[in-house]
Amino acid sequence: MSRAKEVDPAAEAALFILQDQVHEPMHDRFLWATMMRRDEEAAAMPEWEELREIASKIKEHTLTHLDHYLEEFEANATKRGAHVHWALDAAEHNNIVYSLLHDRGVKELIKSKSMLQEECAMTPFLEKRGIRVVESDLGERIQQLDGQPPSHIVFPAIHKTRQDVAQLFARTIGTDPGNDDPHFLTEAMRNNARPRFLAAGAGMTGGNFAIAETGTFMVCTNEGNADIGASVPPLHIASIGIEKLIPRVEDMGVFLRLLARSAEGAPLTQYSSHFTGPRKGGELHIVLVDNGRSRRLGMPDFWHSLKCIRCGACMNTCPVYRRSGGLAYGATYSGPIGVILDPTFDEFKYSELPFHSTLCGSCSDVCPVKIDVSDQILKWRRVMAKKGYLPLAKRLSFAVAGHVFGHPAEYHAMENVAGPAIDYAPHFLLYDRTWNPWGRDRELPQLAKETFRQWYLENRSEHANVQH
Amino acid sequence: MAIPDEATNGKAFSPDMKIGLFIPCYIDMIYPEVGIATLELLERFGLNVGYPLNQTCCGQPMSNSGDEANAAATERLFVENFRGYDCIVGPAGSCVKQVRCHFDTLPQTDDVRHVRQRTYELVEFLHDVLKVDSFPWAEFPHSVAIHNSCSSIRGLAIAKPSEIMGASFDKTEALLSKVKRLVLVPVDRPDDCFGFGGTFCVTDEAVSARMGLDKVHDHLRHGAEYVVSPDMSCLMHQQGVARRAGLDLKYIHVAQVLNAGPF
Repeated sequence: MSRAKEVDPAAEAALFILQDQVHEPMHDRFLWATMMRRDEEAAAMPEWEELREIASKIKEHTLTHLDHYLEEFEANATKRGAHVHWALDAAEHNNIVYSLLHDRGVKELIKSKSMLQEECAMTPFLEKRGIRVVESDLGERIQQLDGQPPSHIVFPAIHKTRQDVAQLFARTIGTDPGNDDPHFLTEAMRNNARPRFLAAGAGMTGGNFAIAETGTFMVCTNEGNADIGASVPPLHIASIGIEKLIPRVEDMGVFLRLLARSAEGAPLTQYSSHFTGPRKGGELHIVLVDNGRSRRLGMPDFWHSLKCIRCGACMNTCPVYRRSGGLAYGATYSGPIGVILDPTFDEFKYSELPFHSTLCGSCSDVCPVKIDVSDQILKWRRVMAKKGYLPLAKRLSFAVAGHVFGHPAEYHAMENVAGPAIDYAPHFLLYDRTWNPWGRDRELPQLAKETFRQWYLENRSEHANVQH
Repeated sequence: MAIPDEATNGKAFSPDMKIGLFIPCYIDMIYPEVGIATLELLERFGLNVGYPLNQTCCGQPMSNSGDEANAAATERLFVENFRGYDCIVGPAGSCVKQVRCHFDTLPQTDDVRHVRQRTYELVEFLHDVLKVDSFPWAEFPHSVAIHNSCSSIRGLAIAKPSEIMGASFDKTEALLSKVKRLVLVPVDRPDDCFGFGGTFCVTDEAVSARMGLDKVHDHLRHGAEYVVSPDMSCLMHQQGVARRAGLDLKYIHVAQVLNAGPF
């Protein structure tokens, strides 16, 4: 685990907002519209809240019997002819994938979107070893061509305008930079990608759900790209996090109804493909990856984050994410779910993330599997505070504020001095006025000439000593 | 909604009860008129209201930053000040949520439990406990946009969060609709947070300011003259944004409207 400098989401978000008047408003509007569609879809199902509850219970049950379901999945997948591999961490995952490719002389790989493969930094690992990796999801391919990680777990290039994409394609695949028609750009990339599917010696996917009962895994996409990647090349490798397990086929009836509605406000993804064993003449390898998940399962305050089905609804609803862009989080997972997952990989590096939130709570209410996201953000702040990772200025101010608020005489003395002495809001609310950013975009509130307490003593003196 | 069981107690209300008036620190110093309106309003219903003079803060600024150690003395003092009252009423959703939902790192003594269970935000106290059906003294001939804070919506269930499916309700709206000549205007994003978030508004200044500005425009677009909220802290942020941008919107607390002033 790297001990890199902390990522600074507030500073990165400021850059996203201040770059121009186009990107942030577009990002916010698109994701808000997605939320509106999600609300409509959810409202059309009278049993929506019940479904969330059932989904949450199924995930809790599976996670508390994870060893059992993992072994059941392995046995059933093996019975159907798949090869199951176990990876303790990212390095093991990458090495397993590399040996599979290397042993078969594969030089080019086509892959669909997988946050787990992002988490494992698989692509740079393979490319360093001479294997060409091509993303087949359109948004993910855009990000790959631009040398950026995905900024959203469902819409990887959502922070880009179509003009950005036109410029990028002009630079990388030779399209007309002036043509930013989405149909044209999509068709251009389709034509560019087709030969890559045919050239690839292997296709890789992730897995949205792994069904213990049958050894099946499901991949949900809108472009059908995972299906081609899994069907054309002779070798299919799927990377699946161990938390993706669900017990039975019939449980899919719960999760499929929630997933696309939460993710994009659509009843279902265009493709919901089941993979049970290899296709005729092909090879199927499943890599089950832990990479910190077992440790997370042992964290009383945070294990519920393993229920996540990666729909991204918490990102779409998050007012802070919508203004920040996902790259501001400087981590594999961004938005509210990223804020609670990323610190489990590196507490120091991601120590600022839990503070990049207003704790509004919308993420917890939108989550289709009822993860207490907002409460976990607050709990991560407590962890960071205990570790001494609070920004220094904040720490000093709170030591003073904590003392003053705990001692009424000092508080009222400060009030009396502060009133006539400064015209603006009290020091403990605004910290150091010499660098306090409140004043950059906002007028400061003015202190009243007389506090409520002073007014009370003058106007309700007969009540003044109810208790003391 | 993450509401602990203790948040929804249905104990009957008796007029002899001693009501403790909780005036959060920033209202005390910046918006004393909100404290006055709250006190006068409660007195209009003939309640026995006392104001403990030793009160300071609820601990939220420290607690929200994860700093439980520095919050603890403040939280203990809060309990000490208010344990003698039957009900505690404060005109501030986020501060009441702090007491009710986040006083969980203190040892849960009888006093702590009593104070947590019996602390109400003003709107829910009027709506759920007093069940007020009219404000005959109140008249407000203006167009008003409601801003319920996130803490009030998602922590105290003052209104239905838009993400949760089910029958819609808004207790602030229910009370304001009883005020003569007041016209409520709808907004596009009624429960989208607009970026105060306590220390967030200074540590995450650019995002906070942008969220605030978006909200101001939402209100202006719908022709609101006033934004009325049960949470003055949200309004403090929004008012600062509107003033800086030179936009004409007025921000007042729901207590001032329901009590007919002071403004």
